[in-house]
Amino acid sequence: MKKTLLLVPAAVLLLAFVKPGNDITVKGSDTVLPLSQKEAEVFMKKTPAASITVVGGGSGVGITALIDGNTDICMSSRDLKMEEKLKLKDKNIVQKVVGVDALAIIVHPSNKVNQLTREQLEGIFTGSITNWKDVGGADLKIVVYSRESSSGTYEFMKEHVMAKKNYASTVLSMPATGAIVQSVEQTAGAIGYVGLAYMDKKVKALAVSFDGKTFVKPSIAAAKDKTYPVARPLYYIYAAASESKVKSFVDFILSAEGQKVVQDVGYVPVK
Amino acid sequence: MVSGTFTSVIVLLIILFLFKEGAGLFNQTPMEKGYVVAVNSSNPVSELSPAQFKDVYDGKIITWKSLGGNSDSIKLFRVDDITSYYTEEQIGSNFEHLGECISKLVQKTPNIIAFFPKEYADSSFKGKTINLKKITAWSFVSEKEWFPTAQPVAQFGVLSLILGTLWVSLAAILFALPLGLATAIYLAEIADSRVRNILKPLIELLAGIPSVVYGFFGLIVIVPMIKNIFHLDVGETALAGSIILGIMALPTIITVSEDALRNTPRAMKEASLALGASKWQTIYKVSIPYSASGITAGAILGIGRAIGETMAVLMCTGNSAIIPHTLLQPVRTIPATIAAELGEAAQGGMHYKALFALGCILFIITFFINLSVELISSRRKGGKNE
Repeated sequence: MKKTLLLVPAAVLLLAFVKPGNDITVKGSDTVLPLSQKEAEVFMKKTPAASITVVGGGSGVGITALIDGNTDICMSSRDLKMEEKLKLKDKNIVQKVVGVDALAIIVHPSNKVNQLTREQLEGIFTGSITNWKDVGGADLKIVVYSRESSSGTYEFMKEHVMAKKNYASTVLSMPATGAIVQSVEQTAGAIGYVGLAYMDKKVKALAVSFDGKTFVKPSIAAAKDKTYPVARPLYYIYAAASESKVKSFVDFILSAEGQKVVQDVGYVPVK
Repeated sequence: MVSGTFTSVIVLLIILFLFKEGAGLFNQTPMEKGYVVAVNSSNPVSELSPAQFKDVYDGKIITWKSLGGNSDSIKLFRVDDITSYYTEEQIGSNFEHLGECISKLVQKTPNIIAFFPKEYADSSFKGKTINLKKITAWSFVSEKEWFPTAQPVAQFGVLSLILGTLWVSLAAILFALPLGLATAIYLAEIADSRVRNILKPLIELLAGIPSVVYGFFGLIVIVPMIKNIFHLDVGETALAGSIILGIMALPTIITVSEDALRNTPRAMKEASLALGASKWQTIYKVSIPYSASGITAGAILGIGRAIGETMAVLMCTGNSAIIPHTLLQPVRTIPATIAAELGEAAQGGMHYKALFALGCILFIITFFINLSVELISSRRKGGKNE
């Protein structure tokens, strides 16, 4: 009796390892997570034979899993770093953009400033610009709100907007994107960054320019035609060897129906 | 007996684990694993501190002069930048010539500082690798900058976190202790039973509210209030955190001290009143001294709750790792740091170990608070028995 009882978990474990062919694991970025969950739900409803497991944890977690061969698809909200490319070089990876996330730079609605350049943003987030009057606003101290360092958005801002410099230590770090919106809403000198899906009428989004000439306000349309500069592609990355296994799911996301889901979840479709 | 031993062993094992993981941080260099930093072989600089590295890569130090070198400006290089010096063909499609390219580049640029994977700094590498100062227990508690994910060199300085934790907790106790004690005295000695039957469950209800709800209440109500009252630029301050923590510690302090006060023997109180002491004198001279150990126990439990509290503080203190000079500045506490960062820290990595070391510091702080309160209350008791 005891032996049979032991055999049951062993059999379950064995079954878990010997996966049927169309069982796909998707792992990585928390930004892409809600999108993948929704896509998987719709896809599995259409194709009952398919089974997709979606796991979050952060872009770094997904990429590590891909390197170790623990996931079929890695979701990432940033491009691969050089060191990760080096580790993945013998896997011949395929990298597909499934959607675009635009980051809105938000301030308090009473703020007179309407636009900022990348250099000004870098100065504000690294702490070398501390007063709104230096960027054309009122004589008011700038209060910078950021996400915690666990966030992919934190890394994206640092890489993309701040020329890889570190945030000033006076920056206030908030545990959630919703908390940033709330704090910016109640602080006159505040500035923060949130995903476009989190934008709210009680805060004001700034137009941003990377070349110093053309200033663009964040919107789905501006992110789509790539005129808005603080936008990041959301990636699906997989090894070429598992292409046959994941192809139908990735193709579905890139289809018109899948891209409609992208828009429903609050991101910008790529097609 | 058996269960007591079992619990003690478990507690000791947890403490042992905490310190074992935390101690792993020391004597390491805070460089990302498998990476080196190199300069041109003619450069006189051979050792840098983690803080200097960060300032160099943040563009705050721009010449070699302040690092002990010549007056050249510093040229930064990361492995990702290689594509702006060499074409993809030169590097090779599988990066097979990357090491050669880096070596050549470092050799021909006298003012360069390069950061790249160790595997490309083999025996044929022509530059000079730079030594990084190691993390010591002293540098850990005395450095001021906390940037655990900074590249190329992480900054593990926890002085601002320790001070932030102490600031918030001590201020919380300053609010909660007088208020809690006053409430306890009122409930135990003055209020009639009808009032007490309404108030006591209400106060105990406070203990049942989840800390996230307290944090949210703090962020929405207390933070804007503090901002308006003190005309601050930002409302997320140590004060907001300590008010919330004070409220959270109140039920513990009130319940425990009230129970202690009510345990004062009726005969003692009546004797005092019979001798002509007023009601207030009886409370002050008889009830409070009699229940002093119970009240201190309540205070310890309250402080314990305040120091270890995470979520509420995380939401309303702003979490800037700066050394606070007043209560009206944002602070970052140790529990908030651990809660916010442990999820991303790779198991066994430097960041992970640094968070465990922070846990050790928190443990030591609470241990000493408990110890000192224990000493004080036992001395008082000893005096009374003489």
